[in-house]
Amino acid sequence: MPNKILKKRRLAPGVHDFIIENEDIAKRAKPGQFIIVRTHERAERIPLTVADTFSEEKAFRMIVRAVGKSTYEMCMMKEGDEFLDVVGPLGNPSEIKYYGKVLLVGGGVGIATLYPIAKALKKAGNDLFSILGGRSAEYVIMEKEFSELSEILVTTDDGSKGMKGVVTDGIDYLVKKGYKFDIMWAIGPAIMMKFCSLKAKEYGIPIWVSLNSIMVDGTGMCGACRVSVDGEIKFACVDGPEFDGTRVDWDELLKRLNQYKEEEKLALERFLKKVGDTSWL
Amino acid sequence: MALKQLKKTPMREQDPKVRIRNFEEVALGYTEEEAIREAERCIQCPTHPCISGCPVGIDIPGFIKKIRERDFLGAIDIIKKYNNLPAVCGRVCPQEVQCEAKCVVGKIPNAEPVAIGRLERFVADWEAENVGIRVPEIDDKKNKKVAVIGAGPAGLTAAADLAKMGYDVVVFEAFHKPGGVLIYGIPEFRLPKKIVEREVEFIKRLGVEIRTSVVVGKSITVKELLEVYDAIFIGIGAGTPKFMKIPGTNLNGVYSASEFLTRINLMKAYLFPEYDTPIKVGRKVAVIGAGNTAMDAARSALRLGAEKVMIVYRRSEKEMPARLEEYHHAIEEGIEFHWLTQPVKYIGDEKGNLVAMECVKMTLGEPDSSGRRKPIPIEGSNFTMEVDMAIEAIGQEANRLLLSEFKELKRNKWGYIEADLETGATSVKGVFAGGDIVTGAATVIEAMEAGKRAAKHIDLFLSGKWNPWN
Repeated sequence: MPNKILKKRRLAPGVHDFIIENEDIAKRAKPGQFIIVRTHERAERIPLTVADTFSEEKAFRMIVRAVGKSTYEMCMMKEGDEFLDVVGPLGNPSEIKYYGKVLLVGGGVGIATLYPIAKALKKAGNDLFSILGGRSAEYVIMEKEFSELSEILVTTDDGSKGMKGVVTDGIDYLVKKGYKFDIMWAIGPAIMMKFCSLKAKEYGIPIWVSLNSIMVDGTGMCGACRVSVDGEIKFACVDGPEFDGTRVDWDELLKRLNQYKEEEKLALERFLKKVGDTSWL
Repeated sequence: MALKQLKKTPMREQDPKVRIRNFEEVALGYTEEEAIREAERCIQCPTHPCISGCPVGIDIPGFIKKIRERDFLGAIDIIKKYNNLPAVCGRVCPQEVQCEAKCVVGKIPNAEPVAIGRLERFVADWEAENVGIRVPEIDDKKNKKVAVIGAGPAGLTAAADLAKMGYDVVVFEAFHKPGGVLIYGIPEFRLPKKIVEREVEFIKRLGVEIRTSVVVGKSITVKELLEVYDAIFIGIGAGTPKFMKIPGTNLNGVYSASEFLTRINLMKAYLFPEYDTPIKVGRKVAVIGAGNTAMDAARSALRLGAEKVMIVYRRSEKEMPARLEEYHHAIEEGIEFHWLTQPVKYIGDEKGNLVAMECVKMTLGEPDSSGRRKPIPIEGSNFTMEVDMAIEAIGQEANRLLLSEFKELKRNKWGYIEADLETGATSVKGVFAGGDIVTGAATVIEAMEAGKRAAKHIDLFLSGKWNPWN
């Protein structure tokens, strides 16, 4: 069946790793592209990224962190359950070619988005270095996968693993150690991508970021995901999702991401009241 | 000529005071007796100019005669020969500039034309309520496959006609629900979604397969479709909202009408939190533009609970493109109209939320390329309007998603597909197109007409009787 959950695994508290059957996505998704998932008839259309594809199994991998009602519902689904719709792959693929030395910076579930890009860049002959960041040790995901492709540096806010600090501290550290990078990708929370972009500018490293704007259709039809890039209105869904991070108006994006904060809070509170204990998540 | 009744038989409507707080249909339809009374106003004139006013050429006097004879099924059967979406068209066609504008009765001093649209709606609803969907006879299988891209009015019409001719038709729809603008654009209170679902069900029963959540150009390419299908019809709609691009466009509270209406109609955000997609409820809402989409957005904002909703339009009432009926409904509901007013800047607070809009007053100059008098800003007339939501309903442009992947397809200078308006044929052999993606934003019935013409020519092409690419 399409969109059936073949496998599900808990990666970190509230972070779940899905293998989902869908031949089209498995066959077509390229690094950097995204999908839109709807869980049930009353659900939102949620944009998510494809973490890996398996052409033989006709399946793809998707990593979800429970942050609001919709993602909680997704994370509560079980093996054998089906997502109502999965549409995609959407957006433009990453520009994969030989650059030389590439720095990859991933934060939280952004690490999952980064993974297919890392694989493709490695295949294109690039020499990779990855910084993987998380709140604490348990939130640093996919360390094993990345270590097979790349040198890695782990950073945690509380110092429970790797270097104590945030990913930009990691960038400083590497640059001070004399690493030279030809290009970098930074994918994670908007605030992280903002500061990575500032660092990239400071060090003169070209940077790609993948924007997680609020979307509805994901096909350029509504304009919900608009961002200012070099002062021009762009749609993250069709013009992106990747942009040169030094040209993005981050403060505007951060405000736009808060647009439905009250509604998100209300929906989550109602939901949690209904389902009770979610500590197992 | 003596006419018993000069005016149209009125159609019952929800009281404006009640309806501004619900999303239920405003116009309630005719009873059998009302329909017959209205049908009797048709004089069955020999020239029947109404037919030439209908983009799909429905035999209007024919179906009205059946209503007079109380043969409601006979009436709908006549309509369905020409029109696959009668309950939709009866509700949203601009009859006042089409069939009804040509009606002979309407030419009688002080008389109104026959309410053709209301009668069409009546028989379509009557069939659904009393006998259910009946599937017409389908021609022998042609054993040829046609792909239709986009399940809006153009695509659904082409698909239905081709299915009736015996073709195997698959419709690819990007959204999770078929219907296109009928589902995501036109609000429930003007076109209930169950009506659209019913008409889509009819088309499915004709044997049309509809695959939703398939974005042609991304999930599958046109070239791949060409390998499997004998012909393709592209009816994807205009599909990308225009913005005025004034400072502050990305403030929270500024929406395109497409986003605002899609959240409400397709995603049912007006039922949040029962449905998961949220929508902001504006207190003071400005809708920019004065077309039907602007009226829909304004009336939706009101129903969500706005205190005050204003239409802000840079031209005057005379140039307003909205249907008169929708304009009247909007006035009844208390929408304010600010003519000759153009926003020049959105003003936000420190959180990035819209709090006001700077506007300039306009005056009308010489006619422009659209034939309407060109609005010119009056210098120094700037003023500020307090608003916490602004919805831009100023039109759409071509969505490049499919087009950028299929470069062989010739486009015109506005970026729309270059297709013959009579046949729908494009620059690529076997590929036809119609609706807004060819003409730019227009009406539901015009898109249906394009779908109809294309279906006819796809049939001629596939049966070897006509080939414009030779």
